[in-house]
Parts: sequence; C-alpha cells; structure tokens
Amino acid sequence: MSAVTGPAQRRRPRSALPWLAAPALVLFVGFAVVPLIGVFALSFTTWDGIGAIHATGLTSWRKVLTDPGLPHALWVTFLVMAVSWAVQTPLSILLGTFLAGRQRYRAVLGVVYFIPLMLSSAAIALAYKALLDPNFGLGAGLDIQALSKDWLGRPGLAFGVVIFVVSWQFIPFHSLIYQGGVQQIPQSLYEAAQLDGAGRVRQFFSITLPQLKYTIITSSTLMVVGSLTFFDLIFILTEGGPGDATRVLALDMYKRGFQASLMGPASVIAVILVLVGLGLALLLRRLGGRDAGASQLEGA
Amino acid sequence: MTTTLTKTRRPRNVTHDEGPRRSRPATRRRNWLGGLAGWLWLAVVAVPLYWTLITSFKARSRYYASNPLVPSTDPTLENYRLVIESDFLQYFLNSVVVTVGAVVPAVAVSFMAAYAIVRGWRMRVLRAMNGLFLMGLAIPLQATIIPVYLIIIKLHLYDSLPALILPSIAFAIPLSVLVLANFIRDVPKELFDSMRVDGANEWTTLWRLAAPLTRPAILTVSIFNALTIWNGFLLPLVLTQSPDRRTLPLALWTFQGQYGVNVPAVLAAVVLTTLPVLVLYAFGRRQLLSGLTAGFSR
Repeated sequence: MSAVTGPAQRRRPRSALPWLAAPALVLFVGFAVVPLIGVFALSFTTWDGIGAIHATGLTSWRKVLTDPGLPHALWVTFLVMAVSWAVQTPLSILLGTFLAGRQRYRAVLGVVYFIPLMLSSAAIALAYKALLDPNFGLGAGLDIQALSKDWLGRPGLAFGVVIFVVSWQFIPFHSLIYQGGVQQIPQSLYEAAQLDGAGRVRQFFSITLPQLKYTIITSSTLMVVGSLTFFDLIFILTEGGPGDATRVLALDMYKRGFQASLMGPASVIAVILVLVGLGLALLLRRLGGRDAGASQLEGA
Repeated sequence: MTTTLTKTRRPRNVTHDEGPRRSRPATRRRNWLGGLAGWLWLAVVAVPLYWTLITSFKARSRYYASNPLVPSTDPTLENYRLVIESDFLQYFLNSVVVTVGAVVPAVAVSFMAAYAIVRGWRMRVLRAMNGLFLMGLAIPLQATIIPVYLIIIKLHLYDSLPALILPSIAFAIPLSVLVLANFIRDVPKELFDSMRVDGANEWTTLWRLAAPLTRPAILTVSIFNALTIWNGFLLPLVLTQSPDRRTLPLALWTFQGQYGVNVPAVLAAVVLTTLPVLVLYAFGRRQLLSGLTAGFSR
C-alpha cells in the first residue's frame, strides 16, 4: 500500500483533506476518546464526584469484582440483550417484509408503526408506568383480571415489561432497516422462484431470509450494542427494581456513581460495559465474516 | 463490526436503483397471514398511544372512574394548563437550543470528515481516523459519562446548555460519518476530477459539489441526530441541576415526581413533550423513513 501512496503524496505534499477531518476529530477525541481513557484511569481512583480524586490502585476493582451484585447485573444485562434480541428480530423481519409490499394500506399502517420511534424513552416509560398501574391502569379500568397485575412490582413481570416496552420502542426502527433490506432484493429471484412453483413461505425462507443476512447482522449489532445503553427507560420504569430484578449494568453504573457518589466503582462498571460492547461487536463482526478494512476499501 | 452497517455484497446496480420499484408478481395470492399480523401490530402500537391521548383530556376525578378506552364526555384542558404553567416553554426552548446547537455543528463536522475520508482514502492518517470513528459505534458511549461529567466541571460548563451540546456532538459523530461517507462514495469520481480541473480546491468541492449531491443523506442524518438529542435523558440528568436548564425529557421526569398522583396531568405532559416531534414527523415522514431505510440497510 505504502509503495503506492508514497509517490502520490509527494506529488501533492500538502493536502487539505486532513484539515477537513480535524474538527470532527477534535470533538470526538475531546468528548469520547479522552473520556474513554479517563474512565479507565478513574477506575483506579476514589472520588465522590465533588471533592478531590485519590488514586487508590485496585481498591475499586476489588470492591466491584467481589460484589455479588456484579454477576447479577451482568446476568440481567445479558438477559435483557438476549431476550429482547430474540423477541425483536423475528418480529422486525416479518414487519419489514410486510411493509416492503406495495399495497396502499401497508403504507398507511406504516405511518402509525413508526410513531414510537419519535418518542423519548422518558415519555414512553412514564406512559407505560401509568398504563400498567395495578389499581388505575388499563387492566384495572377494563376489569380484566389477567391485565391488572402488579406488573412493575414483581421481578419476573417487571423483567417482561422491560422487554415488552423495549420491543415496542425499537421494533419500528429495526423493521425499517429490514424494509430497506427487503426492497434491495432483486425481483428476478422471486420471479424465478415463482416459475419453480415455490410458495410464499418457501420464498421467504429460501430467498428473503438468506438475502437479508447482512441486514440481520447490521440490525443485530445495533440492537446488541444499543441494549447496553438502555438506561432512561429502565431508570424511569423500574429504577432497576423490584429489588435488583432489572438492574442492568448502565443503571448500576449510574446508581453507584451519581446516587451513591462512588465514582471509582462506577468507573469500573463503565470499563466492563466498554469491554462487553467491544467484545460483542468483534464477535458479531466475525459472524458476519467480513473484514472492516477490506469492506471500507471496496467502496473507496 | 462497524462495517456490518456499511455494505451488502449485492450488485451495485440493483442496490442503488431509486426509481419506482417493480411490484411483486401480480400472480401472488393475498397474504392473509401478513395482513393479520400487520393489523395486530397496529393495535399493539396504537392502543397505548390512544389511551395516553384520551386520558390526558380527562379530569382527575374521571380518570379513576371511567372506562379507560372511552374518551371523556366532557374533555378538559385543565391538565394541559397545569403543565404549560410549570415552565413548559422554558424547557421547550432549552431543548430547541441544545438540539439545534448540537445537530448543526455535528452534521457539518461529520460531513467534512466523511468527505476527507472518502477522498483521501489513500492517506494513512485519514484511514486511522475513520477507524477511530467506527470504534465509537462499537462502544456504548454512555459508559464514558463519568469522565465527561468531570471534563464539563473542569471546563466550568456544569449546569449550562453548552455542557449538553458538546458531548452530544461527539456522540453523534460516529454514525454520522459512517452514513455520510457511504453516500459520498456514490458521487462519481469524474465529477470530482472535473472540479479539480476547473481549479476548485477541496473546500469548494466539498460545499459546491458533494454537499448538494448528498443533500438527502445530510437531511436524514440531521433528522436522526435531532431525534436522538431531543429525546436525550442521561446527559441533562447528569450535567445539569437547575430547573431552568432542564430539557423536555428531564422536565417530564421531574414533573412526574411532582405530580405523580395526578396521572392525567403526567400524561398531558407526555403528549406535550411529544407533540413537537410528531408535528415534524407529519411533515417530514417521507424523507425521514426513506432516508433511514437507505442509510442503514446499505
């Protein structure tokens, strides 16, 4: 590579291009990369958020790693990630395929489908909190026993509610991605399948699904990394409760850091979050079987 | 991982055909199953929205007694009055300032960077920069909130609107650069070359050629970032404390703390904070949805 770039760069020694990228770089380094290094550094300190910062070595790490709360938070985070992925992905694919059709009524349905995409997690969480109220919510008001449960007061139910609300909020976004993916599948494939006498279900499994492979990876990556950042929704809906039933890592970090003023241990949690995110992203990339550099070059 | 967002290995002539899509073969039978699922999902989405809307117009006394799915016979604006009188306008303005103040620079610097990365792909420094931005996609940037808090304090920006704007820009850069670069790559090289022959420098080429040609992508990225920042909760929660610095989502949450027992009022606040984006959605729906489908499924 350098053999090619070398002479080319010498011919135009002062390209203005890096300067065009500089402002983005400065902002990104200042408020994302430096904090990323900072959070690692802070994990070796003790800080209450206001006073002085003291380097205390591995104290915070020891504290967090021996805390039985950590495996639990990791487990809940993983569970939220896995279950919400398993719920959202098939539904998003089906809805996306459905919406890719040309009938007019689908477009009309689509208008409503995407409203949750516009709402803030705070608004959604507050609305659902009222809606699920065991005494005055929808279930109680309609006098339907099955619906008037203490949804947010019992661990298993609260976990289910979190998954449901997360799916309610994010399925629209992912079905949009799948809609785009489906629309890019060449029609000729379907025409050929039609000639071979393949039915709709067969076409879906033999053409649509395989052709969506990279779209599925895109959507899954966004879903999985995104699920690590679920904070506002769970914070408002359950505050991690009842007990610690929905206390995911991001919430754990906030509670330790900004509520209990233990910034050191909170930074440890943050580092774990970063590592989990990176690990998952690498794993998904491997599943995708593509090399970042190569695919970027391809388009250059 | 990040490249999973970028490209599918399909023939380019197929993927970029923006013309009218050929409809499915006419011989297809009606898709009853799909239709049923579609209507079911409509109910799942619409019922909570409908309930929120009608409840926000109910008098408090009615809320506890009436059928939750039947609109009140004498709707009241009392809940809305209560919300608007609790400084709604101030929070709304804060949200506007933060959103506009972050989206415009974020998209501008991301566009410049995306242009540089696409045009200067042979330069190692720009490829490294691209890698750095892509890494931002793999990392939950919320995990950096504690050092961001520290930096904002050190800059003496704590409890100000710029405190919200600066990190918002940084967090918006990775995805913006990725999507914009994907679109700039589609601009034919010959156009860039002819601009150079005409003696245009990179700055002119950037704004006179690349920007107009990728306008839909710029719009999409702007809308997407605006939504994310408008709805942001963590940054205002951590980086501000004064009531008059609150943005809408944070105000909503504190309002619930104050008026938690008055459910119709809380729901009126939910409707009011949502209204601005829904109005925008009504006008920009086509652009937003088509942009998002194109931007993410490539």
